[in-house]
Amino acid sequence: MTRRAVITGIGVVAPGGPDREAFWDLLSAGRTATRRISLFDPTPFRSQVAAEVDFDPAARGLTDAQILRMDRAAQFAVVGAREAVEDSGIELDAVEPERIAVSIGSAVGCTMGLEQEYVTLSDGGRNWLVDHTKGVPHLYGYMVPSTLAVEVARDAGAEGPVALISTGCTSGLDSIGHAMQLIEEGSADVVLAGATDAPLSPITSACFDAIKATTPDNHRPESASRPFDRDRSGFVLAEGSAVLVLEEKSAAEARGAHIYAELVGFAGRSNAFHMTGLKADGREMAEAITRALAQAKLDPTAVGYINAHGSGTKQNDRHETAAFKRSLGDHAYRTPVSSIKSMVGHSLGAIGSIEVAASALALEHQVVPPTANLEVADAECDLDYVPKTAREHRMDVVLSVGSGFGGFQSAMLLARPGVVAYERS
Amino acid sequence: MSASADDAPLITGIGVVAPTGLGTADHWAAVLAGKSGIGPISRFDPATYPVRYAGEVPGFDTAAQVPSRLVTQTDRWTHLALAATADALEDAAVDPKQLPEFEMAVVTSSSSGGTEFGQHEMENLYQHDPSWVGAYQSIAWFYAATTGQVSIRHGMRGPCGVICCEQAGGLDAVGQSRRLLRRDARLVVTGGTDSSLCPYGVTAQLSSEGLSTVDDPLRAYLPFSADASGFLPGEGGAILITERPDALAERGGGRAYARVLGYAAGFDPAPGGDRPPVLTRTIERALADAGLRPQEVDVVFADASGVPQADAEEAAALRALFGAYGVPVTAPKTLTGRLYGGGAPLDVATAALALHHQVIPHTPGVPSARPEFGLDLVLDGPRPAALRTALIVARGYGGFNAALVLGAVPH
Repeated sequence: MTRRAVITGIGVVAPGGPDREAFWDLLSAGRTATRRISLFDPTPFRSQVAAEVDFDPAARGLTDAQILRMDRAAQFAVVGAREAVEDSGIELDAVEPERIAVSIGSAVGCTMGLEQEYVTLSDGGRNWLVDHTKGVPHLYGYMVPSTLAVEVARDAGAEGPVALISTGCTSGLDSIGHAMQLIEEGSADVVLAGATDAPLSPITSACFDAIKATTPDNHRPESASRPFDRDRSGFVLAEGSAVLVLEEKSAAEARGAHIYAELVGFAGRSNAFHMTGLKADGREMAEAITRALAQAKLDPTAVGYINAHGSGTKQNDRHETAAFKRSLGDHAYRTPVSSIKSMVGHSLGAIGSIEVAASALALEHQVVPPTANLEVADAECDLDYVPKTAREHRMDVVLSVGSGFGGFQSAMLLARPGVVAYERS
Repeated sequence: MSASADDAPLITGIGVVAPTGLGTADHWAAVLAGKSGIGPISRFDPATYPVRYAGEVPGFDTAAQVPSRLVTQTDRWTHLALAATADALEDAAVDPKQLPEFEMAVVTSSSSGGTEFGQHEMENLYQHDPSWVGAYQSIAWFYAATTGQVSIRHGMRGPCGVICCEQAGGLDAVGQSRRLLRRDARLVVTGGTDSSLCPYGVTAQLSSEGLSTVDDPLRAYLPFSADASGFLPGEGGAILITERPDALAERGGGRAYARVLGYAAGFDPAPGGDRPPVLTRTIERALADAGLRPQEVDVVFADASGVPQADAEEAAALRALFGAYGVPVTAPKTLTGRLYGGGAPLDVATAALALHHQVIPHTPGVPSARPEFGLDLVLDGPRPAALRTALIVARGYGGFNAALVLGAVPH
């Protein structure tokens, strides 16, 4: 029998609210969580806006030792994973540890910890030969992004395959795609799958400033993230995490779990074009979408909603608009498309998982979250981008896509339980 | 999961950029000769650090090996991978332009990304101001830099990926390649490199408490021995071309070094509890995946940490599965130090070469294994043997375990 992966638990640590419910409230109300950066003094930077998480690790149950040891990105992931497990109702203690896997995505790993320690060890950047005697015991844990997966795995007692997937800004889709594969091939029955990034620190701001990828709209932080709008000016950097509990479908059904969605298709393609540039034709993203549909044996017309990458850069918005038309044909014009980055910003590798969480919640509530701040669409972006206000919408299948530095293009299909009845290819 | 050996993916190209040399021929010659690639750290002045030796890639002429545009846009870690990939493709006689673009993918392992590049840019930021941070920081430091650049350089538009499982990740990358080859890829460039031999990189590695501070390049990394004291760091790794057998036949056939027969991964419970490490079970699952019994394994390329407790755990796992002295075990990595994301790929390359040449390379420098380990550690010199299969073991910081099984390809 074909094994399938279903989502039975969702944990979200996102800007604008502490948990999954606050996250959905924000999205369905069309509120934005972007603001002037408070985590460090943004004055010297071109872009001074971000979507920050108001996060109190102690209040979220982390111990002093964990808070000391874990980079902010790890803290997000562990808290998100715990929330997902609780939401799923699964008793992890009753599952063989070797059947529990972890797949966490992250674009930039423990950047904050690495940067803070660098400043100390180099005496404020003065010394190339940094002082090794002052390194914190967990410094190596910051150097290797795998730590993010390690912390989640240890917290959950997972002994199956554990991986950290780092494909830039598609990390969060690819990590869930990886988890889906682990369940389908039989390597695990339960996977904690998601992504985390906490990149709000000077070095990350500086590197995106250098390529003018982030918005300079510092005068209007609340509406600075404007995907598909003709006045958009770059993306708004963000932080956050989402972790899902994925289970093998029949096991989830047997224990009477609530199933948010089935994962019915996933594919990645690369543009082999440019590390940061995108061709206007959307060809490789379209290929990923087409392949994911073929895997799910779904016709393009089955797609009821597209959760877009929608980063708010001109090249992205045009690229993916072209990709949707190329892969879905005329159906693209009949399909609502929206970008939650308009509200929670672009948390690099984490956002892919946050968007899958949003897609699952959209299916659950039969509500499409809006594209906030969309006043007048770019002339070349002529699809239905669901401006400003959430929309009740009947949908069985959601397409969530991502696009990342390095040329990565990923597409995932989620379906309401029971609607995809055929065997997957 | 197991497939018949005839369908198993093949390793058809190997590119080595390692302390043992540039290119497969130099590497294999150094391995057979037991010629160490470990020397004084030259990439920075290590005088003030407790670790002063490392395995550096000798004679890497960046300007000759890497297109000039990419030299400035990428970290040394990516330079090494670009060179190794070009070698591996040539070794496999593959011209990517002749193959379907969406059926070629790149999956690399990375342990710590472009550390040296990142240290330079943080220095620019903190010595000056944000405007001093260069445009390439955003694409050189992050862990996906190598896969992205290799994909672009060779026009590979398939399902690319990056796996970070510290020193085990190289095996996971090969395992992921096998998954892709079973679905919609015909050729996957895999393996990986690392190069964090800069002050911040080595300082971070020191905090892992794995590095040996024995101040003698020939005595610092002696896994399984009574004098084991940790390991020395190194840089480099290997890139492998993996292909579906029918895809190789379709492009006219050619030499294959080895088959990828089995793979499994597992994760150790947190230290301090009562649950045992998962290595034994991980190897068992890889063997089951390959459809092999333990007695059908002809050689083990050990993780060989050099950290005494990890050595003891690995020896216990091998004893449990194969019996005391039940299988030849080797660790040629004493010649290179541990290469982080590049280490396991180099072990896979060396194991594939061992199967191809029907000889087990030895573990240079180690005088003898601790007797209580019960290991038939191959010492003193290469051991010719009829090799059908090889098991490669890798473990990573934090609890990662992976096992890969290769099979010989009859000549």
